[in-house]
Amino acid sequence: MDIILFKLTLFLYITATAGFLLFIIKQNKWLGLWSQRVLFGGFLIHSLYLVLCYYKLGAIPALDIKASLSFYAWAIIAAYIIFHIKFKITVLGSFIVPFTAFLMIISSTIPISAVKVVPMFKGFWFPVHVVTAFLGDAIFAVACMAGIMYLIQERQIKSKRPGPFFARLPSLNILDSLNYHAITYGFFLLTIGMITGSILAQGSHGSYWLWDPKEVWSLITWLCYAALLHQRMAVGWRGRRSAIMSIGCFLVLIFTFVGVNFLMEGYHSFESIRGQKLP
Amino acid sequence: MIKIVDIGMNHNTAPVELRELLNFSDDNLAVAIEAIMGIRGIKESIVLSTCNRIEIIFTTDNEKDAQESVIDFLSKHSGVQRDKLLSAMYIKTGSEAIRHIFRVSSSLDSMIVGEPQILGQVKEAYRDAVKHRAPSVVLNRLVHRCFYLAKKIRTETGISESAVSISFAAVELARKIFGDLHGKRAMLIGAGEMAELAATYLLNNSLGEILIANRTLSRAVELAEHLHGKPISLEEINDQLLGVDIVITSTASTDPVITYENVKKVMKGRKNRSLFFIDIGVPRNVDPNVNKIENIFVYDIDDLKGIVEQNIENRRGEAAKAERIVDEEVLKFSQWIKTLDIVPTIVSLQDKCEIIWRNELKKTLSNLGDQPHDKVEYLENMARSITKKILNDPILFLKRKQDRKSRDTYLDFVRQLFSLDPDNGGESGRRSKSLHHRGTEDTE
Repeated sequence: MDIILFKLTLFLYITATAGFLLFIIKQNKWLGLWSQRVLFGGFLIHSLYLVLCYYKLGAIPALDIKASLSFYAWAIIAAYIIFHIKFKITVLGSFIVPFTAFLMIISSTIPISAVKVVPMFKGFWFPVHVVTAFLGDAIFAVACMAGIMYLIQERQIKSKRPGPFFARLPSLNILDSLNYHAITYGFFLLTIGMITGSILAQGSHGSYWLWDPKEVWSLITWLCYAALLHQRMAVGWRGRRSAIMSIGCFLVLIFTFVGVNFLMEGYHSFESIRGQKLP
Repeated sequence: MIKIVDIGMNHNTAPVELRELLNFSDDNLAVAIEAIMGIRGIKESIVLSTCNRIEIIFTTDNEKDAQESVIDFLSKHSGVQRDKLLSAMYIKTGSEAIRHIFRVSSSLDSMIVGEPQILGQVKEAYRDAVKHRAPSVVLNRLVHRCFYLAKKIRTETGISESAVSISFAAVELARKIFGDLHGKRAMLIGAGEMAELAATYLLNNSLGEILIANRTLSRAVELAEHLHGKPISLEEINDQLLGVDIVITSTASTDPVITYENVKKVMKGRKNRSLFFIDIGVPRNVDPNVNKIENIFVYDIDDLKGIVEQNIENRRGEAAKAERIVDEEVLKFSQWIKTLDIVPTIVSLQDKCEIIWRNELKKTLSNLGDQPHDKVEYLENMARSITKKILNDPILFLKRKQDRKSRDTYLDFVRQLFSLDPDNGGESGRRSKSLHHRGTEDTE
């Protein structure tokens, strides 16, 4: 049952991707509306799938790389839907949805692995830690896409030869504001994710901070975004620089999310979760 | 057989001097409609008269004579000789006329393709004609198809999307930088005509406040009054750069009014908020290097002209798409008009009834089970003769209307009553509603 739901989600996300790509080419409102609906349908089925996994596993389904990617994709779509309610930028979907479909495709190619659920995963703080950290990361993905869109639009206007993107992308002001809001909310959630993470570490390992590579890199990511927010608020960075930096920060985040787990040893790595090599 | 005819001239076929002579102003438009409706053989008509074109649209059973009479009337009205008039006019009939009218109202035949005024002018012409009860079944439907088609083309193609005037291109750029212009502030440096026009466009897009600096203060004050702005002196420009979002320059100064160093300094104080320079001055008033500063956008007159040219080019491409939509609609309309004749209507009426009785007979027979051949034949004959008797009077009625002026009205009525055009079923209700809706749109 859950495999069917996963495949259906994947199918709907890919369909929505095609729809959103066609939408940005054709600029047909109808296409945008329907891509949105397909995406929303996919999101609901994805949610159902995650609930089902939660009941089967007894813990939040983000314990291995396969589940993490799928959960991250879900969180990004959730963030997109929330931001769409406020900003109503449908064309954002043309940037976000292909990325999530890509994550889902990778997730689908990874074989299912057995994970051992230890009591910690069933506690109160673990789901809070995972959900806030993932949602924060997802909102940073939105900020990054807004940054990319900003840079494209800025190039269009600066070049004095506005090309096909000029009419399709929203104004610089709106993109900058989207970028700013996303970074603020993302930062807030990431901060909560890190605090709950250290509460968890205290509970299970007896210390708030263990210098685990994931922790270190999360701190680096957090500092990057903190610097960006500071520059925005205090120094008055906006527009182009803020856009570039939010893309840079997101690359660091991606490394923290994926790279650390593969390249470095630590209790956050999926291998150790599977084998439970706890320090 | 009823035919649509369009006799007209436009900006391509006739010079403005000739168009002026033929132009029907408000007063003599009524006279023209009355005169055309008085011509023998003309059943319905609409007169469209704008500064770029004159179109006399009418339906007739007698194409040749009606055409001659209309041209005679135009010649008399304008005082231009027939031959001269004919050389500057086009006469389109049948599906060519339909296509032409569709293209005109969709702004494909306009001087600037995609300009939105023409549809309003067509609506106006139609309303005037309706006052004189000049249009009827055919032209009513034609005009409603025009409205539908123009809307479809506007939404499905990009023919009226991009700006094709310099002022409008500047406004479009401003909107892509600032989004909503509400509450944004602009500064005019130099009070030339072009700058004034651009400022007016900006104000129409709910710009917040406008400051005007000019070498002669009296002109600044005068323009400020006109635009509800605030006059400032030239010395204040640099200070004001801190607080404005859009700057329009159009001075005759040979040295740049806005320099790189000036703006660079100001940007710190602005906390890097975007600033948009529209430089209409020749030679340029804003140092081109200013564009290199982050979050600053400088467009000079040539840049804006470049955009306009590119947009006009894009519109031409979109127009090709629109032509295909028109082709489709012309085909549909020509087919409909062909059915608007006695014989095809009678045939489709008979066909429809035959389909009904055959279906009912089939149902009955399947309920009765196997029946001998002759009994089936009896039933068939009965069904056939009932239908024939029922249809007898309506058919005779239609035939009697063959040569009456009201023929088309009755034909249309019969076709609707028996819903003989399944595509267009219930269309009339929708049509009148949409017309009403559009009517209110216009007054806004």
